[in-house]
Amino acid sequence: MKFLRNLLDKQDHLFRKGGKLELLFPIWEAQDTILYTPGKVTKTGSHVRDKMDLKRMMILVYIALIPTVLMALYNTGYQAHLAMAQTGATSSGDWHHALAAWLGIGVNPENIFSNMAFGALFFVPVYLVTLAVGGFWEVLFAMIRKHEVTEGFLVTSLLFPLILPASIPLWQVAVGISFGVVIGKEVFGGVGMNILNPALTARAFLFFAYPAEISGDKVWVAVDGFSKATPLAQFADSTMQVTATWWDAFIGLIPGSMGETSALACLIGAFILIVTRVGSWQIMLSIVLGMVGFSYFLNFVGSATNPMFAMTPAWHFVVGGFAFGTVFMATDPVSAAITDGGKWVYGLLIGILVVLVRVINPAFPEGMMLAILFGNVFAPIIDRIFLNRNIKRRLARNA
Amino acid sequence: MANKYKEVLLDPIFNNNPIGLQVLGICSALAVTTRLQTAVVMAIAVTLVTAFSNLAVSLIRNHIPSSIRILVEMTIIASLVIIADQFIKAFAYDISKQLSIFVGLIITNCILMGRAEAFALKNPPLISFLDGIGNGLGYTFVLLFVGFFRELLGTGRLFNIPILPVATEGGWYTINGLMVLSPSAFFLIGLLIWALRAWKPEQVEED
Repeated sequence: MKFLRNLLDKQDHLFRKGGKLELLFPIWEAQDTILYTPGKVTKTGSHVRDKMDLKRMMILVYIALIPTVLMALYNTGYQAHLAMAQTGATSSGDWHHALAAWLGIGVNPENIFSNMAFGALFFVPVYLVTLAVGGFWEVLFAMIRKHEVTEGFLVTSLLFPLILPASIPLWQVAVGISFGVVIGKEVFGGVGMNILNPALTARAFLFFAYPAEISGDKVWVAVDGFSKATPLAQFADSTMQVTATWWDAFIGLIPGSMGETSALACLIGAFILIVTRVGSWQIMLSIVLGMVGFSYFLNFVGSATNPMFAMTPAWHFVVGGFAFGTVFMATDPVSAAITDGGKWVYGLLIGILVVLVRVINPAFPEGMMLAILFGNVFAPIIDRIFLNRNIKRRLARNA
Repeated sequence: MANKYKEVLLDPIFNNNPIGLQVLGICSALAVTTRLQTAVVMAIAVTLVTAFSNLAVSLIRNHIPSSIRILVEMTIIASLVIIADQFIKAFAYDISKQLSIFVGLIITNCILMGRAEAFALKNPPLISFLDGIGNGLGYTFVLLFVGFFRELLGTGRLFNIPILPVATEGGWYTINGLMVLSPSAFFLIGLLIWALRAWKPEQVEED
């Protein structure tokens, strides 16, 4: 390790001010801080001494995401293999299938490893494209604005592939993450200044720009032309039967965006985030409360024409992006509310909105993305109200 | 003096763009820019109405009592808008159907009132007329920019002539559905303002 440190230190001057490669400093700094804890210490005044810095926080989120990534790999392969076994096709579709055959990955929905390997063939390219294209924009802005690349993009780049369907074309991944990073984050001034969650902004862009590739019944299983509705779509359509059991949906063996199907994996992530105090349990709990309360209310109201009114909170919890969004998206500390009271209002708002969009809006079967983006937009206003209330209360106390 | 005329005419295109810098007239820039054809007709209509309303207001500027000046300006603008509307209906009926109420809504376009109030009331007729044309050109520039990208990326066409071979008809270009929705105009105008201010940093407001 000493050897690596020395090697890095020797090259360091090249990237400093006046060095030959000064322009590339953000890239240099990024790899250095990924490998080693930065040696910089604040020299004057008092400051918070805490081991929890941005780097550690982001890495903890990354770790919390690992269960969902594993489930994403497994379920993507499982759904594809199940579909192929059903239709009897040995290889239908594009280069993924040719590559799988070349690598000798058999079609067997019972075999965990063949499922995961096949899922990886879909997940890894999407992830790599996200990293490369998103990273390009990050570094470009860092170079122009002369600041360092932060670890924030590490999490954004992992979140984004997880909320995409497996069959998404790679060029759309590139366009989407470009929009997410540039319009969702950099136009506001970069990491920490963004109003919206960049990964969700990227998905929203794709959702409205290319709806054929990210919604409907044909995109969720990674076999060309194979149509399988998500449970949420089945609930919304009174002519369809819900084919999945609740436990399937809870564990994540249902079609859907790659990383969002498993409520179980999200709960493990939630546990890690809450124990390490990285994610706010107030936000997660209040979203669940808002969802449970409002869906019970709609159950009570009932509807003769809209079967979604009868959907129970337990189902709302396991299908679609609810669990994933609650745990990983809504708790993003930059775009969420930060005041203690504000977190509850923000969470309840998202919980109610997601049910509202799912049940009452006929155009969109899923509402989690829109609910969180909406919550993001309102977060600063909510915070402002609570801050002003606190100020007033203190003034009154001291008056 | 010639220099001043030139400045009044050309300044609103980049240096003092009514949409880019003053952020006026956004609504119609969102509404009519899905197709270049409608954008062009709208831009011509707004340019002419601005120019002639400026001219008319300027001609009678010394006779308008200050207390009712806005009423007078509105009457002039409204009359001109009706003329423009009838004109488009007479000579370009299809486009007038596509533009629907937005020609009539030129009357609420802030650029018109803004120029009448800020310029025509204080300046002689000729230069006011040029100011109207200039601001119309600034508006035209933004409308063409937004319309170009929205029609090209949203339908693969320009002036309804196929440019990019669309995927649903066997080509390679996948239509970007966001571009035909209004928010895309917001993004495009935002990007344009970003580019303008990067090019001319003096336009950046101080915090």
